[in-house]
Amino acid sequence: MSTAGGGSRAAIEVSHLTKVFGARTAVSDVSFSVASGEVFGFLGPNGAGKTTTVRILGALISPTAGSAAVAGIPVGPDGAAEIRQRIAVMPESPGLYQRLTVTENLEYFASLYGLPRRQARIAEALAAVGLADRAQDLTRSLSKGLRQRAALARALLNDPAVMFLDEPTSGLDPVAAHEVHGLIAGLRDRGVTVFLTTHRLDEAERLCDRVAIMSTSLRTMGRPDELRQSLFARSLDVTVAAALADPGRVFGGLTGVRGWKASDPPGSGPAGYVLTVSDPAQAAPAVTRALVAAEADVLSIAPSRHTLEDVYLELIDDTEGSKR
Amino acid sequence: MSASTARIRAVIRKELTEFRRNRLIVTTSAVLPVVFLISPTVSILDIKTQALSTVLDKRVETSLFLPLLVPVFVPAIMAAYSVVGERDQGTLEPVLTTPVGRAELVIGKAAAIFMPAVALGYLIFGVFFAITQLAANPAVAAAVRNAPQLPAALVFIPLLAAWGVWVGLAISTRVTDVRAAQQMSILGSLPPLALSALMSFQLLTPTFWLAAALAGGLLVIDGAACLVVARLFDRERLVTGSRPTRSIPAPVTARAGARAPEDIRSPVVSSQAQQKGD
Repeated sequence: MSTAGGGSRAAIEVSHLTKVFGARTAVSDVSFSVASGEVFGFLGPNGAGKTTTVRILGALISPTAGSAAVAGIPVGPDGAAEIRQRIAVMPESPGLYQRLTVTENLEYFASLYGLPRRQARIAEALAAVGLADRAQDLTRSLSKGLRQRAALARALLNDPAVMFLDEPTSGLDPVAAHEVHGLIAGLRDRGVTVFLTTHRLDEAERLCDRVAIMSTSLRTMGRPDELRQSLFARSLDVTVAAALADPGRVFGGLTGVRGWKASDPPGSGPAGYVLTVSDPAQAAPAVTRALVAAEADVLSIAPSRHTLEDVYLELIDDTEGSKR
Repeated sequence: MSASTARIRAVIRKELTEFRRNRLIVTTSAVLPVVFLISPTVSILDIKTQALSTVLDKRVETSLFLPLLVPVFVPAIMAAYSVVGERDQGTLEPVLTTPVGRAELVIGKAAAIFMPAVALGYLIFGVFFAITQLAANPAVAAAVRNAPQLPAALVFIPLLAAWGVWVGLAISTRVTDVRAAQQMSILGSLPPLALSALMSFQLLTPTFWLAAALAGGLLVIDGAACLVVARLFDRERLVTGSRPTRSIPAPVTARAGARAPEDIRSPVVSSQAQQKGD
């Protein structure tokens, strides 16, 4: 088994995975691996094939082509039952039985997993998600956030090696989403490999060791900071109190500065410039000196900060553009 | 994987708890039997002592046929909801991600419907029999007691209930709308009922051997239906609503430009390279 991420044994190994529904290709030739204990973000727009990938890895549907292994077990009819025993899948909808209490829901699933010490495990799972005091409530009486918690408790029951979370904060208010983030961080601390499907880029950036961006095929994969660095040229954001009379003379010829452009149209107030540099830390002092020499009032000089959202939009726009 | 009785019991327990707390199911299961009990009972109690024997016989036939509708329709309606209803509520997919086998789920769901349906069927006949024996005039009571349809009904109740369960479940695994599933399952439960009707109304001479052959045939069909429904219970179809695609055997030949798993670990896969590859 090859390794991924930090070099430990891969919890998920996917090779050239493809899934076709009729004439529609949902997933095309996707390959990646996820290290044991890693929190792996799987991003992409609606219809990108994220849920289909999760369903294949959860042994719910079979791939049209390619292969995958989860927890060291090849995905396929022979290993399906064993994979299901060792993973947990939390779909986008909590999928709780509304006429059953939280405990009854968990008892049912504990029985389906054939778990020993059921009551103790249920109590532990409920305590882990902070739902012990609502154990006897019917799930239909719970708020959306509490239902997500109950679904997460259900996913914890079998002490899974790999947990698939499909849009776990979809439709939750910021407070409830924050609580779920805390629970996911707790899973990482327990050493669970988490495969997190999400639309929320801030969520992925905060929680994931690595992310993959999908749009039917895999667009990119890596640590969020790596993606930012490799996708966007390194640059410095410069803000001065008033527009420079001749910015080309100020920035031209500076060591380490490859080019520049005004970030705002010329006006009477502060003016901004974006400088493409080879190394922001080395270029900043020279830029500062040049600005001071040009008698410019410097308000700020800082390396440009790109978010994961910028990376995502860049890649998805590129994909959409190529489709058009 | 061999079927686990513990899992089957868990499915039965869950289903029964849900039924008990579902007001619609409780109401449907209560109203239908009451209607099909009151109507034949009143019909029997209304027979005058001097009624012609042909009139008496016709009334008894009808009265013993109507309660047979309950163990067919009630399980068919409940079974029709059983799978498509879960899919509607989003509860099916989490269940399918557990190690539960398709046979365990199917048997559990079927048993949870079959047992109360049969109990209800016998209860209706028991109450009908008791009322007629206590309240009808002696000649009418004797006619009910000695009707050949009575022991036949006792045999056909579980067989018809099983048919209703399997038809309902089979439709429920294929249809995506709850109401359509329930309507179709009522239609699907009619064929054996039509045969029973032909015998009850003596359009088909109800000999012992004909009844035994029909019962045997139903028993075989019910057994085979269990296997058919278990096969229909395909995870992929249930989750995606579409027929599973035939897999192309792995490993797949990588197309020009497609990356090996090791290569793809590099932070950015060039979109240009991907486009070439795709």
